[in-house]
Amino acid sequence: MLYIKCPHCGMRSQNEFSYGGDATIKRPELGKEISDQDWDNFVYNRKSLRGKHWELWQHISGCRQWIKVERDTATHEIFNTLKANEEISL
Amino acid sequence: MTQNFRLESGGLINRSKKISFKFNGKNYFGYEGDTLASALIANGVHLIGRSFKYHRPRGFFGAGVDEPYAIVQLYRNGETEPNIKATEQELFEGLEAKSVNCWPSVNFDVGAINNFLKIFLPAGFYYKTFMWPKSFWYKIYEPFIRKAAGLGTASIKHDKERYEHKYEYCDLLITGSGPSGLASAYSAAKNGAKVILAEDKSRFGGTLLTSDVNIGNQSGKEWADSIVSELKEMSNVTIKNRSQVFGYYDHNMLVMSERISDHLPKTKKYHPKQKLWYIRAKEVLISSGSIERPIVFGNNDTPGVMLSSAAKEYMKVYGVLVGKKPLVFTNNDSGYETAIEFKKNGINPIILDTRKEPRSEIIDEAKNMNINIKNSYVVVAAQGYKKVKSADIAKISDDKEKLGSIENIDCDCICVSGFWTPTIHLASQSGNKTKFKEEIDAFVPGISKQNEKTLGAANGIFTLEETLKDSFEQGNRLSKKITNNDNKVSFPNVVEKKSAVHDKFWCVPLPKGKNYKRFLDFQNDVAVSDIEIALKEGYRSIEHVKRYTTLGMATDQGKTSNLNGLQLVSKIENKVVPAVGHTTFRPPYTPVSIGAIVGREVGKHSKPTRKSPMHSWHEKNNAVFVDAGVWLRPRYYKRGDENLFEASKREAKNVRTNVGVCDVTTLGKIDIKGPDAAELLNRVYTNAWLKLPVGKARYGVMLREDGIVMDDGTTTRISENHYHMTTTTAQAANVLSHLEYYLQLVWPELNVNVVSTTEQWAGAAIAGPKSRDVLKKLFPKSDVTNEGLPFMGYIEGDLFGVKAKIFRISFSGELAYEVNVESDYGYYMWEKIIEIGEEFGIQPYGTEALSTLRIEMGHVAGSELDGRTIPYDNSLEGLLSKKKDFIGKRSLTRKAFAAEDRQKIVGVVPLDKKTSIPEGSHLVKDSNAPLPNPKLGYISASCWSVEHDNPFSLAILKDGKNMIGKKLFVMSPLKNKVIPVEIVSSHYVDPKGERVRS
Repeated sequence: MLYIKCPHCGMRSQNEFSYGGDATIKRPELGKEISDQDWDNFVYNRKSLRGKHWELWQHISGCRQWIKVERDTATHEIFNTLKANEEISL
Repeated sequence: MTQNFRLESGGLINRSKKISFKFNGKNYFGYEGDTLASALIANGVHLIGRSFKYHRPRGFFGAGVDEPYAIVQLYRNGETEPNIKATEQELFEGLEAKSVNCWPSVNFDVGAINNFLKIFLPAGFYYKTFMWPKSFWYKIYEPFIRKAAGLGTASIKHDKERYEHKYEYCDLLITGSGPSGLASAYSAAKNGAKVILAEDKSRFGGTLLTSDVNIGNQSGKEWADSIVSELKEMSNVTIKNRSQVFGYYDHNMLVMSERISDHLPKTKKYHPKQKLWYIRAKEVLISSGSIERPIVFGNNDTPGVMLSSAAKEYMKVYGVLVGKKPLVFTNNDSGYETAIEFKKNGINPIILDTRKEPRSEIIDEAKNMNINIKNSYVVVAAQGYKKVKSADIAKISDDKEKLGSIENIDCDCICVSGFWTPTIHLASQSGNKTKFKEEIDAFVPGISKQNEKTLGAANGIFTLEETLKDSFEQGNRLSKKITNNDNKVSFPNVVEKKSAVHDKFWCVPLPKGKNYKRFLDFQNDVAVSDIEIALKEGYRSIEHVKRYTTLGMATDQGKTSNLNGLQLVSKIENKVVPAVGHTTFRPPYTPVSIGAIVGREVGKHSKPTRKSPMHSWHEKNNAVFVDAGVWLRPRYYKRGDENLFEASKREAKNVRTNVGVCDVTTLGKIDIKGPDAAELLNRVYTNAWLKLPVGKARYGVMLREDGIVMDDGTTTRISENHYHMTTTTAQAANVLSHLEYYLQLVWPELNVNVVSTTEQWAGAAIAGPKSRDVLKKLFPKSDVTNEGLPFMGYIEGDLFGVKAKIFRISFSGELAYEVNVESDYGYYMWEKIIEIGEEFGIQPYGTEALSTLRIEMGHVAGSELDGRTIPYDNSLEGLLSKKKDFIGKRSLTRKAFAAEDRQKIVGVVPLDKKTSIPEGSHLVKDSNAPLPNPKLGYISASCWSVEHDNPFSLAILKDGKNMIGKKLFVMSPLKNKVIPVEIVSSHYVDPKGERVRS
């Protein structure tokens, strides 16, 4: 079971969190024209990366905040966690 | 009953306390501190069971966790448990055990015929043989194989024992209380670190209990005892016996199973039987020791052949002789220690040493004791069927290929030592890349991935002095890192005997003309010949060889067979062992009972049960409940002999003609506040929300980004910046997370807060043409006329002193209201509604009537909003705003979603107006079409329409828009039904929606 540092609550076990997918995906602005391809990329197309990956988790059984977690998908090593409003520096 | 094999004195058992027990129906006794194994051996019992495949007699091979043979069915306090190792099961008064895998008895076992058919049962036998004919598998082969195989029977009764889970955090977790475990725990504890020390056995000390060493002028055991008693006094140390750390998971989390009551006749009141510990450790020190390796020779599975270390342990810990004419067969000095122990107890052993001229202190000691030592000798085969009677021995050439002439010598046990295999399971599970250590012919931990370090024998260090030095130091170093203390422990003076190098010999060649079975895996009956066949048939990867032959796949997970299997493969393949590699070590290290894994999460405790505040009223009024997610909801209220169908029809009819009341507390409720609340709703719902006035409710549909309907519900504007959202019961948690996602990550600029209030409000839906009459009397001070409280209106009212929210919304399609009060007043509200409604013929209705009402009205619910439908499919396209963007809107322009002949919701009526339509059935054009019959749609929900008094269903049908009036067939192969039907509008009742506005 992973041990995740919630930026608001501290180190907590994985079973307090729920996984939320790729954290680098940006939702297109509302009302803006967008090509089919770009929309598909936003909704469906995800890379299944092996290695370092920024992803979203929600601390559902804790502070209910969505957080950003930098994790290695192969080794499960967690390098960094950020609050929802903190920018990822890639 | 006399104990012929119990020594006069010695051992760590309590001889003043006799314990009686039963094995295979016969009475025996042992002493407090015995295991079932030691007590049986003391009584001269060596035949314990039959082997898995050939049903060969099985005895004891080890003295602990490594035991592959002695598996019994245990009976305790009226319950039974399979797969119990007799070598681990401590004796308690009244213990009963039986042999497994034999019929009718262990002494006369019919299945033993397999032993004589073994030539027909080679590796892969089951794969090859039971393939044809296919139909034979279920009826003949499988039941037969299941009866013939298996190691005991699981109880089918409910396990009444209590199992618990515990979460723990510590600085250092140390697994094993041998010399390395004790030394490292001690120095870490002295530095003030929070230490957990886990020992699998009942006694602490590991090999210190049996080895002839001195530490700080004390015997090994005395030293261990003094360290343990000191550790027990320290508040920063948790020291646990009967506790096996069996799994090493991510981020330094380990799981330990503590056997709290297994050694007692009965679990004490309020105590668990076992406890599962989830331990998050900052550092882990693995001090799990090593397991002695067997040497492979003919009939090496005969009862009486056992590990030499086990024979020593039975003598030193239990005061029990495994035999009186022992033969010790060894390739290293460990066998000598066992022989010396025999000699000290007045027994004359014979040592067969595969080495030619070994010299060491231990060997000199054995020589000085006049022990008969034969160098360059091997056991070719054990003789005897149910117990070793003699051994065929022979001289072996220096190149270990040729055997000399065969002699037969009498013996009643053969104690084997083929050197030691470090127990690296936990290290390997942690992700450690193991490496092969040539000097000891075994794998040891290599580069750590997690915060783990392996000590002592588990790390391939077999001298006490080196082990202790390293362990004291590591314990100190790791704890210093955490606590910043540096309290050095003075290193004690160690006296141990030096050993000579071992002989890299592990398998005795077959003598000419003999084809003795030479077993590698004792629990799964895998012999040298099986591996040879697998390799001949082309299996190369060790992982494939393992699966094909089942080597190491038994419940002992190859603890004694793994390395010998690798040696054999590497020899045949002419590769070095590290090139063959070992199979993956996976948790659990030892079998863990399902009860311990489940813990307290059984029955009603497996998940919370949510009940509305009106639950006890429903119970008192004959409600029959149904699980709705984790909620318990009344399905119907039984009157007299009514069944579900009759009751729900009565309840639904009463709503259509008079008035009914339904408990809707379970609906998800989300409180939304903030200046941008309307803007949030406008973005998450498909329709327009910016102009909703205060005091009005609106129905809304929300989509996922892919255009699929996520949920629906009404949201009411309570005040300027305050909204009350309702969701379906099932989606409540998801919708909240969904809103939080957008507010926190996508549109953080919106000034809105959301919070779940599902449990804060109790809700009652009052529905039916007479509902307004009830409401008038319920809220005499409020104006609830059609003008004062119009459809989709909202007011606050005073329900006899209780503040209530009154929404004029309808799921049933009738004139209806939903009244919410704070949960604590829910029961009061409900009673008032029933009391006041009596004169209008009010009846409570359950979820079944609720479904009937919504189905015939064509209102969609979970069975239509099933994660596969878009608004159009549910005839909700009228709610899609063209003027604004919202979540998922862009996806609706996808080609498939905009297709002309897209699926759409329709109503379905059987032509005979009688036959009810099974939910999930398919709609087809031609019921006689050849298979696969093209499917046009499916039935999503069915009911008996109380309005029309005939069956009615909703369906999602391809090109549904143009199918109204068409005749199709409903097919349910499951129910074996073909029903001719007519497609009608999904709004079967009041299609213009006049009633809700009346």
